Amino acid sequence: MLNRQGRPTIAAGDSPASAAEHYTFTGNRALQQIEPLLFEIGSTERCGVDLDEPAPFTARLGALEAAAPVDLPALSEPETMRHFVRLSQKNYGIDTGMFPLGSCTMKHNPRLNERMARLPGFADVHPLQPVATVQGALAVMDQLAHWLLTLTGMPAVALSPKAGAHGELLGLMAIKAAIAARGEGETRNVVLVPESAHGTNPATAALLGFRVKSVPARDDGAVHLDDVVSLLGPDVAAIMLTNPNTCGLFEPQIVEIAAALHAAGGYFYCDGANFNAIVGKVRPGDLGVDAMHINLHKTFSTPHGGGGPGAGPVVLSELLAPFAPVPFVRKGADGQLTLVEQAGEGEAARAFGRLTAFHGQMGMYVRALSFMLSHGGEGLRQASEDAVLSANYVRASLADLLTAPFGDRPCMHEALFDDAWLKDTGLTTLDIAKALIDEGFHPMTVYFPLVVHGAMLIEPTESESKVSLDLFIAAMRDLAMAAKRGDAGRFTGAPRHAPLRRLDETRAARQPVLRWTRPQPVA
Amino acid sequence: MRYLPLSGADREIMLARIGVSAVDALFADAPSECLRDQAPDLPRRKGEMAVERALGQLAARNVSAGSVPFFLGAGAYRHHVPATVDHLIQRSEFLTSYTPYQPEIAQGTLQYLFEFQTQVAALTGMEVANASMYDGSTACAEAVLMAQRITRRKRAVLSGGLHPHYAQVTRTVCGFAGDSISSLPPDVAASEDIISQIGPDTSCVVVQSPDVFGNLRDLAPIAEAARRAGALLVAVVTEAVSFGLLTSPGAQGADIVVAEGQSIGNALNFGGPYVGLFAARSKFVRQMPGRLCGETVDAEGRRGFVLTLSAREQHIRRDKATSNICTNSGLCCLAFTIHMTLLGGHGLRQLARINHANAVALADRLAALPGVTVLNHSFFNEFTVKLAGRDAADVVERLAARGVLGGVPVSRLLPGAGLDDLLLVASTEVNTDEDRAALADALAAVLGEIAAC
Repeated sequence: MLNRQGRPTIAAGDSPASAAEHYTFTGNRALQQIEPLLFEIGSTERCGVDLDEPAPFTARLGALEAAAPVDLPALSEPETMRHFVRLSQKNYGIDTGMFPLGSCTMKHNPRLNERMARLPGFADVHPLQPVATVQGALAVMDQLAHWLLTLTGMPAVALSPKAGAHGELLGLMAIKAAIAARGEGETRNVVLVPESAHGTNPATAALLGFRVKSVPARDDGAVHLDDVVSLLGPDVAAIMLTNPNTCGLFEPQIVEIAAALHAAGGYFYCDGANFNAIVGKVRPGDLGVDAMHINLHKTFSTPHGGGGPGAGPVVLSELLAPFAPVPFVRKGADGQLTLVEQAGEGEAARAFGRLTAFHGQMGMYVRALSFMLSHGGEGLRQASEDAVLSANYVRASLADLLTAPFGDRPCMHEALFDDAWLKDTGLTTLDIAKALIDEGFHPMTVYFPLVVHGAMLIEPTESESKVSLDLFIAAMRDLAMAAKRGDAGRFTGAPRHAPLRRLDETRAARQPVLRWTRPQPVA
Repeated sequence: MRYLPLSGADREIMLARIGVSAVDALFADAPSECLRDQAPDLPRRKGEMAVERALGQLAARNVSAGSVPFFLGAGAYRHHVPATVDHLIQRSEFLTSYTPYQPEIAQGTLQYLFEFQTQVAALTGMEVANASMYDGSTACAEAVLMAQRITRRKRAVLSGGLHPHYAQVTRTVCGFAGDSISSLPPDVAASEDIISQIGPDTSCVVVQSPDVFGNLRDLAPIAEAARRAGALLVAVVTEAVSFGLLTSPGAQGADIVVAEGQSIGNALNFGGPYVGLFAARSKFVRQMPGRLCGETVDAEGRRGFVLTLSAREQHIRRDKATSNICTNSGLCCLAFTIHMTLLGGHGLRQLARINHANAVALADRLAALPGVTVLNHSFFNEFTVKLAGRDAADVVERLAARGVLGGVPVSRLLPGAGLDDLLLVASTEVNTDEDRAALADALAAVLGEIAAC
């Protein structure tokens, strides 16, 4: 079966009955439209923007003017609209349904935040305007900093990182600079990272030339003080610990671990990806944290946008604050806000450098501040409580059918199951995830954390109603029972109702096709 | 609270199912002395109107670029973004989706990333492009790290025409990574001899064109010299609209091209979020940082797209990854892709011609003022003027007081470099003849009121 573009729509070997059942002339299925690449429907004769011819001018391009336009087709405006709307309809978002992707915190994205970020006074402002003309933008940064410092109980914050992993870089750079300032730069070169950590943690440490040592995973999902102490020594620069951790648990010995680390001369980097579980409940500063990034796109709901942009401000202890990179905002004696932009002088005398061209993610600062102002202090606390409550409700409601690696202890904002309950069914965690797609849900995070076999990490967030949670629970229970009674067909072919069936990732990696190329004319 | 769907009754039922009497029982692992019994000392919640009022007041304290004659560039440019772009990127399915780890329900994101990669590769003249970095400056640092992985050499040479903030980001990141960076002094006239800096230990040379002073640089001889020495040429572009009119870096022999993509589809946003473009020769693809989207088929043989070659990435390789990047600039890529779809190659060329024509008109107008010299022999939409002994930062402040945002003083980027009388001025398609006249008149008046320093 070929579609309009001559592309096969049904794999060879599919039974004629099912082919006939699914047949449409176009290959479309009502609202599910096949959408070619824009290059296949566009042309270089069209343009979706009306541009006038400039007044005659003498070019001053030296000898570097291109002989011809770049070979990229365009679409007219209506075609562009339809192309991208059709593409959007092949995507699942939070606004589509429950998106319990553990560790990723897919909560409601208020449209008020979008409206605020698009005010011309924020969106249409250049980063290098005279500071007298951007006092409102600097005030947003100042107010955001105040909220972050109050919520974390920390004395300083560096706003500029563009995402969580960028924040990790900042935190470890500050630690490395502080250690070098102590004269231990040559000797303290180990960073301890639990096996359950996000991949960005070891990647960040290694990028900065640290040696990464693993803290082993234990049966209870926690990092044990004894294990950390046995690794401590004059070579340990820092530990990177996620709290609540990636198993969805508050680290029970975190205060003791921080104290032992500090006593041994190391710094405590906290991966704040899961801060959303404890906002208004526990201040990381009270736990002994020296540096922690905060994913504004998770905890404070600036949208994920299909993989970014994010923002990853880093709160810092007194010891690390002097090493924070430029730029940062300061209040002058006259009450005017100003930007410190040069490392190595004045207040930035010990700043370790710069991490991005301008001042960070203003668009995300506005959205996060809008989210904070909307909630208020008590609303943020309620949001964390609801997130934890909802995760435990899911956990408790599935505990009799699924298996939890760490028993029936309460979790924080995400519930973790393993695949022991799938033993003898012939099914995998991936099969469950794909069957959930057919049920109309985005799957949970699967196979992470790595320390739990066949992990299924469910994070409902505070944004789900009880009706929504109950439907998810009922669907999961139905799938679990189907799996246990051997109804493999419901899983192994899944998803059946998504725009595409399972994709061949091996083929994509073996013969990488990473861009469209113009088909060669047939001789 | 309007964002929280659970009612008090719901919470009671849920607690009962869990088997605890209060939510604090779920926080039992937190040290009791750290568990706070009251809400933080922060303002109470606000309704939509109150938030709009509070943030609206802050926004009103900024001078927005569109409200005045506006000529700033230096790595961030004000262009017109078609209404279609902003409407489409606010589609729920794009805005509220995640990194496309479940490809069956993320083909929308994956297909536009494939289209984005195709557009970026074509614009830069390279074979492959990734699915974006945070911005041009972080892409620049990543390119230097990549060159060092490929060449196994440790010294990068940065041109004096590279945006100073890009140079600082690169020095910071690569310095911590243990690599050495040689930066050439600020090169206002594009006359540096970078080729003589290339040695057997050089991993790459990093050259920006148009450079931070606006000059266009011929990359071909540098690429050739680098190739002979076994080093790579990293080309940097901070104004993506220039791709429409200039010979691509790839065609001039660049091995890696990084660029700031903000100019296409994205607002100024006071510096972020922006979108870093990253492209390279295909033989280097396995050393690239960041996500890559590739074509494949589904179980029924239909074309589809997935994230691929992830064995380079942190979530698979952890401490052996090519970069620590995870979240990138997805939605800004989408804005870029939609705007580029509307433009196409021809439209972009026309847009670039208008930019160049406007800049030429402005340069001619400013050059006619006494005490103003345009330093560039060549430029695209931005150039450097010398203000005969005046402090350009002071001039810019005075222009702002007269309601004109007149450019970026070089001293803002390079304080203490002895370049205090230089002003960077950009003109894009948004500027009118009236804007240019306003700048020229205001500049003449300001230069008249301050004595040469």
